[in-house]
Amino acid sequence: MVEMARKSEEAEGAVDIDRLESEILAQINIADQLDALEQIRVGELGKKGRITQLTKSLGALDPEARREAGQRYNQVKHAVAEAIAGKRTALEAEALDAQLLHETVDVTLPVRPEIMGRLHPVSQVTEELIAIFGEMGFRVAEGPDVEDDFNNFTALNIPAEHPARQMQDTFYMEAEKDGTPLVLRTHTSPVQIRTMLSGPPPYRIIAPGRTYRCDYDITHTPMFHQVEGLLIDRRTHMGHLKGCLIDFVRTFFERDDIPVRFRPSYFPFTEPSAEMDIGCKRTADELIIGGGDDWLEILGCGMVHPNVLRAVGVDPEVWQGFAFGMGIDRIAMLKYGIPDLRTFFEGDLRWSGNYGFGAIDVPTTYGGLSR
Amino acid sequence: MKFSLPWLKEHLETDADVEQIADKLTALGLEVDDVEARGSDLTAFTVAEIVGLRRHPDAERLNLCEVDTGKGKLEVVCGAPNVHLGMKAVFGPVGSVIPATGDVLKRAKIRGVESQGMLFSERELGLGEDHDGIVELPADAKVGQPAIDFMTIEGPVIDIDITPNRSDCFGISGVARELAAGGIGTLKSRDFSPVPADFETDLDVVFDLPEGREAACPLFVAREFKGVKNGPSPAWLQARLTAIGLRPISALVDITNYVCFDLGRPLHVFDANKLNGRRLTLRFSKAGERLEALDGKTYDLDDEVTVIADASGPAALGGIMGGEPTGCTEETTDVILEIALFCPRRTALTGRKLGIESDARTRFERGLDPAMVIAGAEYATKLIQELCGGEASQLVVAGSVPGLRPPFPFRLGHLERLAGITLDVETIERHLRALGFQVEAVDDETIQVVPPSWRHDVRMEADIVEELARLQGYERIPPMPVRRTTAVSEPILAPEQRMRSIARRTLAARGISEAATWSFIEPAMVKAFGEDGLKLRNPINAELSVLRPSILPNLLQAAGRNRNRGIESVALFESGPRFYGDQPGEQEVTIGGVRVGPNHGRHWSSQPRDVDVFDARADALAVLHACKVNPDGLRVVADGPGHYHPGRKGRLMLGPKTVLAEFGEIHPAILQKLDLETRAVGFEVFLDRLPKPKKKKSCARPPLKASNFPPVDRDFAFVVEKDVPAEILLHAVRGADKALIQDVSLFDVYEGKGLEDGKKSLALAVRMQAMDHTLEEGEIDAAVKKITAAAAKATGATLRA
Repeated sequence: MVEMARKSEEAEGAVDIDRLESEILAQINIADQLDALEQIRVGELGKKGRITQLTKSLGALDPEARREAGQRYNQVKHAVAEAIAGKRTALEAEALDAQLLHETVDVTLPVRPEIMGRLHPVSQVTEELIAIFGEMGFRVAEGPDVEDDFNNFTALNIPAEHPARQMQDTFYMEAEKDGTPLVLRTHTSPVQIRTMLSGPPPYRIIAPGRTYRCDYDITHTPMFHQVEGLLIDRRTHMGHLKGCLIDFVRTFFERDDIPVRFRPSYFPFTEPSAEMDIGCKRTADELIIGGGDDWLEILGCGMVHPNVLRAVGVDPEVWQGFAFGMGIDRIAMLKYGIPDLRTFFEGDLRWSGNYGFGAIDVPTTYGGLSR
Repeated sequence: MKFSLPWLKEHLETDADVEQIADKLTALGLEVDDVEARGSDLTAFTVAEIVGLRRHPDAERLNLCEVDTGKGKLEVVCGAPNVHLGMKAVFGPVGSVIPATGDVLKRAKIRGVESQGMLFSERELGLGEDHDGIVELPADAKVGQPAIDFMTIEGPVIDIDITPNRSDCFGISGVARELAAGGIGTLKSRDFSPVPADFETDLDVVFDLPEGREAACPLFVAREFKGVKNGPSPAWLQARLTAIGLRPISALVDITNYVCFDLGRPLHVFDANKLNGRRLTLRFSKAGERLEALDGKTYDLDDEVTVIADASGPAALGGIMGGEPTGCTEETTDVILEIALFCPRRTALTGRKLGIESDARTRFERGLDPAMVIAGAEYATKLIQELCGGEASQLVVAGSVPGLRPPFPFRLGHLERLAGITLDVETIERHLRALGFQVEAVDDETIQVVPPSWRHDVRMEADIVEELARLQGYERIPPMPVRRTTAVSEPILAPEQRMRSIARRTLAARGISEAATWSFIEPAMVKAFGEDGLKLRNPINAELSVLRPSILPNLLQAAGRNRNRGIESVALFESGPRFYGDQPGEQEVTIGGVRVGPNHGRHWSSQPRDVDVFDARADALAVLHACKVNPDGLRVVADGPGHYHPGRKGRLMLGPKTVLAEFGEIHPAILQKLDLETRAVGFEVFLDRLPKPKKKKSCARPPLKASNFPPVDRDFAFVVEKDVPAEILLHAVRGADKALIQDVSLFDVYEGKGLEDGKKSLALAVRMQAMDHTLEEGEIDAAVKKITAAAAKATGATLRA
């Protein structure tokens, strides 16, 4: 086309600038590729381009005509440049649109697999316990799973042949220490003994951990989890025991109206002893914590027995306080509605998917224990 | 222990209803387990008379009874052997609810004959154990009237849990005493006065206990009866025993059971004519002796069982159970009543050893009231004479009644000190006296107390505090808050405890779910995972008989169970103890995990691959990093325990000796043993071995050192012997110029064409950067030379041509 135009100009022997302008603008208008547009730019505005050449030919004209033609040529030059720029923007946008259209994907395809693991309810509830009792100044203490007779029984005021030793079906190890077989601890209470033997009073600890009893049925597993609490100072009495545990159950179950009840009970290592019940409602297949007219036993507690204090060399005339113990699995079942204790120990991924907790669900008392 | 309200009221004068009584019992520490109304669900049942009776055409044992219900005659199929013409029975129409099962009675064909209702046994009515026949109502019961109007139903029945310290409450009289002390009614006293002897017996009662072991039985009493008439006990006694779940046997036996529950005082009756000789000896059994007990089983005795023996040998197991050959039957006419005080500890031992649970053992092993031996004998005598007649001898007594324990002082202030409540001295004394204590004032602040003979559990001031607090009611103790005592709280968790939580949450975030599995494993797994097992003496079963030396076996088994349920990719971890010795403390907290199967399910975006050793190492490293173990100090070595693939395992070491973690592919032989038909990897991080974080002087972080000058990247392809661990090369290169080298990554491993046999090429990208200037060519060249030299020195590496 450009060639044709040149030929016609040569044929006419004169340059009709107006015709040239409209011809170029028309070409720009119909250009549909960026490289075609570039060709036009080079052909018209490049060093050897027609408009450039025309401008160079101005020297041959007289000053008056040169000024007039010069202005006109400049006008055309700008108009062409502008048209090219405008067209370029339009073509570029078109090209991008086409590219984007081409790149379209089905965003409803499933995302890349990224499995999140779940924490076991016992871990989570243990951290909840730590958060609650931590606020009351308790720190976490620990002891071994294999225990000797002294720590598990004797120091806890459970002498040999005491009927309480029958209450707990003890696992005995083949190994012995000082002529008596070692045991798998039947409760977390030996941690009380270890704590008190490790330094002078006062004491304020909780001790969560694994415990073992030789029992396996719908509601018992040979291994389970307990948390022990111990607070010994100079003047802590049963009122503090009640206050501490009432605060605990209400914070733990996240209901400040849970009815509570303390009943006299018996443990060899506490005197006076108590069991704590919380109010609940039982329906055919559900147990609702709080409200209702039924009671549910939640923990055992009492003032530490003077014999226990004496066994660890703490003077009961000076020091006194309380201890408590409860099943972590059990309170986890109650709080989170987990029906079967045995399922805690099966490692079933479907179970952890349903009853487990996320990695970032760190329980805090300031943000609500559970989310 | 169960008891009925009417039985309780024989000991307690009270207007309180069953609900008030139950609440009070629980508040006193005798927790009520259940209150059974008994008979309240019998309204639908009426009196019916059997007016016709014929054999079922197709069943030997069944009868077709024509019954008159008062509203017409119906045909009922009945299998009871005691049906007879004219019998008045308990009839339930179709649609009524069977009390024992809760099922609705349906119209049903029994062996082809339709039964239009049912005639009930005691057990089916939920009233007792008797299922030998249907209930026979009195002959004057009116047909069509509610059956309950013509039945003796003992109820309601209260079931309480008795804590092991309260042997005194294993008798209903003891329960009544508690209630009276708690303000529910007044205690009635039983008549324990001596029964005059009708004749003088020549029966001899002697001790023959080894020297120094006399405490096995300090008191042993017997009385002989002649001419008694044994037979079924009266209806009131049968109803009472039935109500609490005991089966009436004969008057003599029922009396002993009655006294056992009424006074909490077990006693025994021998048939005097079945005993050999006129002497009862209380002695230890001799090894090899045997006794057929009343439960029908024969027990082999060692030389430690306290027995009551006649001339032939043991006749009863003291405190536990009588012997069958010398027991009373309906034909018994001459009886020897035996009542003694057996040592609680020995009774418990023997009971456990022989595996006998009995009402007597329950009571003896918790300690009985010594004052109730003679009194119980007198009371039982009266019952025997009342119900069976006959003549009674004098009491033959061996030993003596142990005295009361000495008094001890109780400081009144102790109540407030321990329980946080105050009571005036009058109230304190009143409460204690109501419980049977002797109380004497010493001064304004102290009283002297003597516990009653039945309270072995009260020995010290704390015990008195409990007595007072529970009589007042624990609800009267005002709750007091427990607050932190320090202004700036000490950490609740020790650093190592905090690490466990962090480690768990790190692994969960990496897609591994937490499991909790037993601390025990099966012996076969122990051999694969460790040394000699730490065995239990009394495991639940063989699969749970050894303490675990590793977290992994249980996790692998759990993984297998998940895969059997169709979950192909399994990732599980657990944190808990691993046991390496059998003494207390020979365990360490370990967090271990397994990944089994493909790394993920089939997905459009990428092909799943099998998990490999690098997944396991990454997991272990993630834990160590989260626990702030300095990565510069860590080394990886290609070594590890035998349960891993020998060529695909490693250890993460801190210094030359400390193994912080182990990882690897699980050995195929173990996978086979566990029926896992895929690859599996595992790791264990030994959290207790991690260095304890140093106490920080300041929480401030070190200042940021970051260069704003351009980094320079250079790639190196080193050729090394095939067995050179990459870690050594990397370590050498990283250390070649610590000032300039910012980062080293290994981006290609190549063996094969173009390389000599036994060689491999490791391609490293090294980034260099200076803190304060743009690197110049000369510096870069110098650093490159250092890198190649260091690599050559450490591994013999050459640059690939």
